[in-house]
Amino acid sequence: MSITASLTLTMPELILSIGAMFLLMVAAFGGDGLARAIGWGAVALFGAAGFSLLGPAGSGGPGFDGLYIADNFAAFAKLLIYIAAAVSVMVAPGFFDRAGGYRAEYPILILFSAVGMGMMVSAGDLLTLYVGLELQSLSAYVLASFQRRDARSAEAGLKYFVLGALASGILLYGISLLYGFTGTTLFAGISDSLAQTIGTEGRVSIGQLFGLVFVFAGLAFKISAVPFHMWTPDVYEGAPTPVTAFFASAPKVAAMALLLRVAVDAMGSSTDAWRQIVVFSALASTILGGVAAIGQTNFKRLLAYSSINNVGFALFGLAAGTPQGVAATMTYMAVYVAMTLGSFICVLQMRDTDGEPVETIASLSGLSRSRPGLAAALAIFMFSLAGIPPLFGFWPKFLVFEALVQEGFWPLAMIGIATSVIGAFYYLKIVKTMYFDEPAAEYAPSESTLEYGLIGIAALAVSPLGYLAIPLLDATSMAAAHSLF
Amino acid sequence: MIGLQHYLVVSAILFVMGVFGIFLNRKNVIIILMAIELILLSVNINLVAFSAYLGDLVGQIFAMFVLTVAAGEAAIGLAILVIYFRGRGSIAVDDINRMKG
Repeated sequence: MSITASLTLTMPELILSIGAMFLLMVAAFGGDGLARAIGWGAVALFGAAGFSLLGPAGSGGPGFDGLYIADNFAAFAKLLIYIAAAVSVMVAPGFFDRAGGYRAEYPILILFSAVGMGMMVSAGDLLTLYVGLELQSLSAYVLASFQRRDARSAEAGLKYFVLGALASGILLYGISLLYGFTGTTLFAGISDSLAQTIGTEGRVSIGQLFGLVFVFAGLAFKISAVPFHMWTPDVYEGAPTPVTAFFASAPKVAAMALLLRVAVDAMGSSTDAWRQIVVFSALASTILGGVAAIGQTNFKRLLAYSSINNVGFALFGLAAGTPQGVAATMTYMAVYVAMTLGSFICVLQMRDTDGEPVETIASLSGLSRSRPGLAAALAIFMFSLAGIPPLFGFWPKFLVFEALVQEGFWPLAMIGIATSVIGAFYYLKIVKTMYFDEPAAEYAPSESTLEYGLIGIAALAVSPLGYLAIPLLDATSMAAAHSLF
Repeated sequence: MIGLQHYLVVSAILFVMGVFGIFLNRKNVIIILMAIELILLSVNINLVAFSAYLGDLVGQIFAMFVLTVAAGEAAIGLAILVIYFRGRGSIAVDDINRMKG
């Protein structure tokens, strides 16, 4: 394949990276007065990158000798990533203006992070995987400590950096072992080599197994699955709220898609070797995400545990190891993005009358009387995160467990459903606080129609109306899953 | 004769030292940054040793990429450390406890 043909496959990354560098120049020479315009420029770039997925970049197959893969799976994940990133750019100016000034670096860092995420989900080689992952992570460390003068933000950045760098190191060590014991870094080559070893020895060799475990550990950190979740609550609490909304949505989709691709594309021939890791991680995430959230008083921390809990459910789809399972996981991530972005935009509305952000759950008391619309939207997100029908959050959970049962893992499915009951407890506690407790001090009225609009769209998407989107979601997620198998 | 396994053992020892350097160190964040570098360099030894053993160049190219990214990572880590120090006046590991639970 010629170099130009390969380059057309990377069109979304080209648009985003060239656009981001151009906007960086505009920011450097124009100053922070242009920050809002640069933000809208970034949103336009996300739109353009999304449209470019309609061309060869969406289904052109492998390019650059297999280093980069532009298939339906990557296109599905990229679309979710661009939507989530664009939303976190749009809600930022309001928050940062109140917190002491919006700066143009924010949309630019998100753009670079999105380039890295696009590389991650399109990776066909361990080298592409690593470079994409680091581009995403390095931008994310800076974003976490974006409010330089806020001690919590700096601490969140420091914690994220140290633990993120450790995870990258673990992942890299696994990559080096996989390379050494399979002789290649291409996913397809690794899969063939593993199949060959299984054919001659009956199982993967000890060196390959070590590499596989280290790679899964590094990726589990990036999706914040137990036992590599310890950074999540601190970083989510300390980072500025728009950044937290970004962390909880786009990088999580990218890392989950990357995990699916590595598990199926590179290690699909040794499913039995990694299934127990995924099953353990999924069960531990759902249980810990449910139990540890109960005692939280900070709403952002609670949402962090909620994201750990939801990642656990999404992992159940991978544990099934079938195209149905992978499609269920991708559907889960799509619905999860809508739920989590909606919840975090609701957190942006939580401000006292001086305009200072409030994050305690107690301050939500009696919200149904002072801000009935906001309370209703938050209740929809909470019920949906808990997976209670008829809200749309129920549907992906159903798909995930259906995929498990089809493969005969019904005991696992039963335990999973039982753990979702634990999670329901604290989601319902929020709803109870908003609707039945004595009113606390009222929040400052919000003037932002943009935020209201986004909350409304997210609430509609996860409301029972979301079921209208099932044929579309089914078709696209199955097409995405089949391009992996 | 020094063979592949000698390199792998050295690299494994360095990796474990790096991980322990992050978790056992209670003094200073700078030491954590050094431990992270140790981990990345142990990976590089692995990659280059495998590359020579397999007669395949990809491992050495990978090592160059790791070096480049490690430089960027150290720069960002130190920058975050500087803004943290400005706010708190300390970089002792035990002081990083504003958020808990």
